[in-house]
Amino acid sequence: MATIIEKGQDAVSSQIEVEALVTGCEAIAEAIRLADVDVMAAYPIRPYDGVMQAAAKLIADGKMDVEYIVADGEHSQFEIVKHACAVGARVFVGSSGVGWFYAMEAIAVTGGLRLPVVAICGNRALDDPGAFGTEHNDSLAVRDLGWLMPWAETAQESLDLALMAWRVGEDKRVSLPVAIGLDGAFLTHSQTIVKIPTQDAVNKFLPKYDLGNRLLHPDNPITIAPQVDQDWLMEIRRQNDAAMRRAQDVIREAHADFKRLFGRGGDNPFLDEYMTDDAEYVFFGQGTLALPMKVAIRRLRAQGHKVGLVRLKWFRPFPTADIVKSLLRFKAIGVIDRDYSFGSPNYGGVLYHEVRSALYSQPKRPVVLSFIAGLGGREIDQNMATQIFEKTKQAAEKGSLDQGDTCTWIGVRE
Amino acid sequence: MATTEKTATVAVKPGEERLVSIEVVYRGIFQKTLAQRICRGVVLASRRRNYTGTAFARYGDSPERNGVPAKQFAVVAPTDLELEAGMAKYEPAVVDVSVAVDDTLVKGIESWAWYGRQPIWKPVRDNGFVLVTSNSTPDELVQQTDKAERPYTLAVVPGGASFAGLWVYKDDHTDYRVLGALARLLPDWLPIEDVKASIRESTKDEARVVSVQFGYDNVRTREVKKGEGTDAHEKLQFEKPGWTKMREGIIVEARKPGERNPFYKKYTARTLRPVVNFDTCIKCTMCWLDCPDECFEVTPSGHYEVVYEACIGCGICAQVCPVKDCIVMVDELKFTDNTDKFVLYDKQPDAYRQWFTEMTGLPAIGSDKPAATGGD
Repeated sequence: MATIIEKGQDAVSSQIEVEALVTGCEAIAEAIRLADVDVMAAYPIRPYDGVMQAAAKLIADGKMDVEYIVADGEHSQFEIVKHACAVGARVFVGSSGVGWFYAMEAIAVTGGLRLPVVAICGNRALDDPGAFGTEHNDSLAVRDLGWLMPWAETAQESLDLALMAWRVGEDKRVSLPVAIGLDGAFLTHSQTIVKIPTQDAVNKFLPKYDLGNRLLHPDNPITIAPQVDQDWLMEIRRQNDAAMRRAQDVIREAHADFKRLFGRGGDNPFLDEYMTDDAEYVFFGQGTLALPMKVAIRRLRAQGHKVGLVRLKWFRPFPTADIVKSLLRFKAIGVIDRDYSFGSPNYGGVLYHEVRSALYSQPKRPVVLSFIAGLGGREIDQNMATQIFEKTKQAAEKGSLDQGDTCTWIGVRE
Repeated sequence: MATTEKTATVAVKPGEERLVSIEVVYRGIFQKTLAQRICRGVVLASRRRNYTGTAFARYGDSPERNGVPAKQFAVVAPTDLELEAGMAKYEPAVVDVSVAVDDTLVKGIESWAWYGRQPIWKPVRDNGFVLVTSNSTPDELVQQTDKAERPYTLAVVPGGASFAGLWVYKDDHTDYRVLGALARLLPDWLPIEDVKASIRESTKDEARVVSVQFGYDNVRTREVKKGEGTDAHEKLQFEKPGWTKMREGIIVEARKPGERNPFYKKYTARTLRPVVNFDTCIKCTMCWLDCPDECFEVTPSGHYEVVYEACIGCGICAQVCPVKDCIVMVDELKFTDNTDKFVLYDKQPDAYRQWFTEMTGLPAIGSDKPAATGGD
């Protein structure tokens, strides 16, 4: 068993992996320290602000050396790191909910510029009304903009994915920004035991940031993002697409390395399967909602139900091949979305539509159900899990769904 | 010189019903309203016989820059269905008539909207028209247009480069004269009576109708055969790379210090060209200092020569020069080349002086006393 350090105790000089009782936000701050980030830009909004506070404390305590710029708003915050990234700085940034949206202009162009900004989106419902519980629509708004999008389940995975984010995003074959999804409150503000790797191990995993001949520097006179017209943009988008496609293999490589060095991360970089070996039907989702669903699965298993869970770890690039291979083994898939797409086909969640689309070209497909649950940070309790289970099981047995019965809101007051 | 000038040409089949495209090439900002009026006039006149149409400015020209060549278009068609072939485009690939409302545009055009320099006739179809407002003759203009790759008819409607429609500039009926000329060139598509009727519909000013008739009566044409024209103009054309060849990250090479942009040169924005009297130059640096495009290069002798490839002809150098008639702005149409002239002055000063006088109409070796007012 690893050494547990008290809060405030020094993990910096440790030659062995230590454990600490930290929140998801504090775990991210540890990752910022270990990655030797050069520039981070901050502007407070809950739940992301936990990271800026934790990072500020590390700096104040002399444990971390990073240019920490407090911006005048999220737009500036994301612009600052975008530009810092172009001149060769490893960067970190983050926001939540409507703050994330206020930065959208900068966020929208960062993918096309191919600048490996690493951000967290502390997932938060979109105001109005002033709501701060978790909901995934803030992150998902950038799903088509060329950002890599992993989603964490635990504080440990937050730290691990952050280290992965710099490694994958900065890889020359990829060179894309990364937006890590972290569920507000349940993950960002809950302290759990987290393994903090040693600097030596991280250095082995994470090479120095090197933009090569794309570095904006007086010795390398280049113009980044000149105005272009219709003669150029399709080619730029196609380059972006090729990078996103290459990211799949780079994630696999990084995941294998991570597992070798730190012994964590599971078998598949993209999917975390739970009790699926003999499962007939599964729940599917991302983030912390996997936690109550795993509890439900153990309870239902005890009653003899062959149910499991597949948790998605990377929403972009969407691991279609892995998902097809995994999900075709089951009769029914209950996709649980902590988000919603108003007026979408079948009036369902975003993740549901992605899963359904990924399976469409298969000759024989499982039944796919959409469940909307936990919006605005509402807890997903065992009663809700049971409802999801019953409906999914029923669909598996019947092999189909009634017309207009594809999406169910769970735990909403009538 | 053999001339093939004719009073009118009908190069289209009478009674043919098809989509017709007209472009107006103009000086950005200064002639925007003029171009718009011509294009709208074509579409509205076509309504007289139930044609439909669209008038639009080339999207890539916006925001327009002073004097940088820009284009607007009128596309008319017998039916909405046929018009669809002319819609959802930035510009027609082929036009029936290219109208240049400033005759210096016949030397070719480089715009914001695409790369390289285009001959004025580039989109004009076989046996189509280039219509120019000019006080020069068609024969004179042909000598300044790029060597024709296919035959077309050059037409000239009398008049200078008009600013009509630009803020305070008085309406000079250039638009009506051009519409009258178009009616002459395209009688089957734009009958003169339709043009007049559509103008009468919107105004009681009969003078405008008179101007239409003037343009109709006074347009002069000259058939230009394949191979006629000059090959002295620079061929400025580029291949656009594909996505696998482009640098990633929306990056282009920056220009190094002292290096000029080889992809965009700007000189087709020029209507007047600065010519320097090196004999009277006092080497004061004012032109070099104030030129907004950094056109001036210092010669080993300490003179300042104009790099014409970078010069838009703004005239600031001539304004700030303290020596009277040392920098003279001269009509661009008088020049057939674009090369810097200091070498000629250095090697054959008398030949240069002769050239200076020919171009400016001024004696070559003038007074070396600064003008009393510091230039006027």
